[in-house]
Amino acid sequence: MMEELSLHILDVCQNSINANASLIQIFIVENTEKNSLSIEIIDDGHGMNEETLSHVSDPFYTTRTTRKVGLGISLFKMSAEATNGTLKIESKEQIGTKIKATFELDHIDLAPLGDIEDTLVILALNDKFIDIFYSHQYNENRFEFDTRKIREILEDTPFTAHGVTQWMKEYIREGLNNIHKEETK
Amino acid sequence: MKSLDDLKKIRDNAQKKVTMRGKNDGIRVLVGMATCGISAGARPVMNRFVEIVDKQDLENVTITPVGCIGECAIEPIVEVLIDDKRTTYCKVDVDGVDRIIKEHIIGGKVVDDYVIGKYRI
Ligand SMILES: Nc1ncnc2c1ncn2[C@@H]1O[C@H](COP(=O)(O)OP(=O)(O)OP(=O)(O)O)[C@@H](O)[C@H]1O
Ligand SMILES: [Mg+2]
Repeated sequence: MMEELSLHILDVCQNSINANASLIQIFIVENTEKNSLSIEIIDDGHGMNEETLSHVSDPFYTTRTTRKVGLGISLFKMSAEATNGTLKIESKEQIGTKIKATFELDHIDLAPLGDIEDTLVILALNDKFIDIFYSHQYNENRFEFDTRKIREILEDTPFTAHGVTQWMKEYIREGLNNIHKEETK
Repeated sequence: MKSLDDLKKIRDNAQKKVTMRGKNDGIRVLVGMATCGISAGARPVMNRFVEIVDKQDLENVTITPVGCIGECAIEPIVEVLIDDKRTTYCKVDVDGVDRIIKEHIIGGKVVDDYVIGKYRI
């Protein structure tokens, strides 16, 4: 079991990186009225054929060659189902993959989102220059983080330049605190 | 509040520094970030590398998350690549990161305690 939902996000996005996506989009929606949390991850990588897709949430299925089990998606599914939620996957070869997990927001077994900023910074440092778009909605409030915009501002300065990752982390943490805070006004 | 203007300042500072280094020289640190690595604590390990390298401005060091690089039982696994030399560390924790940076990346001496093969089972 992963202790934080943001660890699942990191893990599931690694599949998108392995699938040579050029953009990974992550949508989080928290709706207190509907008591629901959803995490949707959409990539434009090479996708899966039907054979792979039909087995993907089976822990004993993997196309990797280094070991016989593929755990990432099965674990994510277990975490969702533990809160009466679901996990759904759509995928098309050469088009991409969409994974959506839903959770019951007040369920006792719901893991915390945790350190989203650490997950996003690590994803942003992928060496294939895959872009990350992150959108987080809490009721009416929304926060967005988009590495395409950051690249544009940075011009030819890399993400590894002094101060950039620290800025990213603080920017994300403050943005997330803000969308959760204004609700209580 | 951190703003996009702050990011522009960071960019301007970086652009002022003239760096001679090409894209591929320098030291590379690879952190195994597949499911088993993540469950074993690879994210805080990578996070620590990123934080220290940024704070100390070790500009010739690049840290990259990679897929599975080995045996799940000895994750988190970290590889340090300096020129042609590859060192594989296993069961790395946050203290290990501090030592790898200080003793190996800065000091040039491999941290034997974390080298594959010497780990405690
Ligand atoms: N976004 C994706 N695009 C293309 N194929 C995918 C994607 N996500 C999963 N797959 C396929 O589904 C398989 C199972 O994925 P899963 O994350 O459960 O395990 P794994 O990545 O093989 O191993 P692990 O996650 O344990 O390191 C993968 O091996 C891959 O073939
Ligand atoms: Mg996986």
